[in-house]
Amino acid sequence: MPSPVMTVSHLGKRYGSTVAVKDVSFDIQPGEIFGLIGPNGAGKTTTMECVEGLRRPDRGQITVLGLDPQRDAAELRTRIGVQHQEAHLQKRIKVWEAVDLWASLYAEVADTDVLLSQLGLNAKRNAWFVNLSGGQKQRLFIALALIHGPEVLFLDELTTGLDPQARHAIWDLIRHIRDRGTTIFLTTHLMEEAERLCDRVGIIEHGELIEIGTPAALVAKHCPERSVIFTSDEPDVAERVQSVPAVTSVEHNGSTYTLRGEGEDFVTDVINAIAHQSIRIKGFRTETPTLEEVFLKLTGHGFRD
Amino acid sequence: MLRGFWKLTWVETKVFLREPLGVIGSLGIPVIIFIVLGRAQGSRTLGNEAMGEAPFNLPILAALFIALGAAVSLVAIISLYREGGFLKRLRATPLSPVTILGAHVFVKLVLTVVGLALLTLVGRRFLPGAMDVDLLSFTAALLLSTVSILSLGFVIASLVPTARFAQPIGTGLLYPMIAVSGLFFPLEQLPPAIRVVAYGLPTTHAVSLMQGVWDGAGWGAHWVSVVALILIFGVCTGLSTKVFRWE
Repeated sequence: MPSPVMTVSHLGKRYGSTVAVKDVSFDIQPGEIFGLIGPNGAGKTTTMECVEGLRRPDRGQITVLGLDPQRDAAELRTRIGVQHQEAHLQKRIKVWEAVDLWASLYAEVADTDVLLSQLGLNAKRNAWFVNLSGGQKQRLFIALALIHGPEVLFLDELTTGLDPQARHAIWDLIRHIRDRGTTIFLTTHLMEEAERLCDRVGIIEHGELIEIGTPAALVAKHCPERSVIFTSDEPDVAERVQSVPAVTSVEHNGSTYTLRGEGEDFVTDVINAIAHQSIRIKGFRTETPTLEEVFLKLTGHGFRD
Repeated sequence: MLRGFWKLTWVETKVFLREPLGVIGSLGIPVIIFIVLGRAQGSRTLGNEAMGEAPFNLPILAALFIALGAAVSLVAIISLYREGGFLKRLRATPLSPVTILGAHVFVKLVLTVVGLALLTLVGRRFLPGAMDVDLLSFTAALLLSTVSILSLGFVIASLVPTARFAQPIGTGLLYPMIAVSGLFFPLEQLPPAIRVVAYGLPTTHAVSLMQGVWDGAGWGAHWVSVVALILIFGVCTGLSTKVFRWE
């Protein structure tokens, strides 16, 4: 395994008497999209800003690209790109002016025209920041973060407040950036975003990292139960599928049957049983638990509590 | 990062000019006050010879308005940028914090010079004799005063809780300083307690220095005001580095 792009170990940070981050440790590997997920106030942003060198941690060690974010702040800033939560530019700065300003701050910069077209902002070059849509603003912030070809990109709550269409467009964009070799560290409180975008996620709550892994592995570990839901008008269906070994429960509501069970063969076993019994079914679908359910199980409360 | 400094300065200038209310407030109001009051006073009471008859030196008042307007606008911009996360975002670039704030000060100083040039042009056109002064020396005095007042602006910008209150708090704290600046009544007539406060304010020394330049006295004759303005600048800048909030 190549050495990690960043290593955070036993990070701690408090503001006055409020503990924002208690004890957080994780590594991020080159070329991966790593997401820190958790509710608002869990310590995601504080952790990210300590890694970026914008905040001085009280405890713990951080290494990014082999650098100390505090001691080597100047070099680090030329090698990372950041996007902050709910950020604004000057209301009446034009898109091209913002890009031009940012380009003047770095010794080496990407071709800004290419960057603007890649982010779909070419038509908005002369628009004022205040007149951009939410999605356009976020794409502009991504452009500013990418202008110097950073090795690591930090994205804090990137799609919060965007409509689903804009959100999907941004996810595609992030995948493209990763495919070109940039490592991405993001925070989100949207479980769907974490599940669809991140290679690995860390779940943070009350300043502590309580779980880390790929979304699929976390689901398999904490919520192994699967469901098969089908509809059938035939009689005695419940009894006829009850005998499948992997099935732990059968519920039905009219002609809709919900079978729950665990194990990798559960769905196959159910399909085989249905075929074997020659049950005519009208609809069939499976349900896999999501990260949201993993979170609920781990913390005992819902995500927007 | 000199390139970043000029770029930021140029962008801030353009952004400022696109905000009509800001331009009117910073440049229009002092000029309007100058003309309206100048006409009311009658141009014969203006200028060097007739200074004794005038209730106060109008060009100095207008110049002070320019400097204070620049400071209020600085307070408003800083708090707005802070609240919008713009200052924090810039700090995540290689640009140094001093450069970021320096660009803002520079824009305000340019604005001050432009404002004074406008006063001069308008004065020559509408109020003959109103701006008969060593302009170079007067500009230098105004710039030194503005730097000192702007540094106080940074302290105020650090104390303002939210961008919403920046404009009213800045206005409420800065403009009343004119009242005790010695422009309208001699400082000796003020109650002792207020006099002490007045001597701590940059406007008081700004008026004294500009009045001195107006009367034709050299800077040497007003070294106390010069030292006081520099001292206030030093203290306020030192204080700002301690209390300034970037977010």
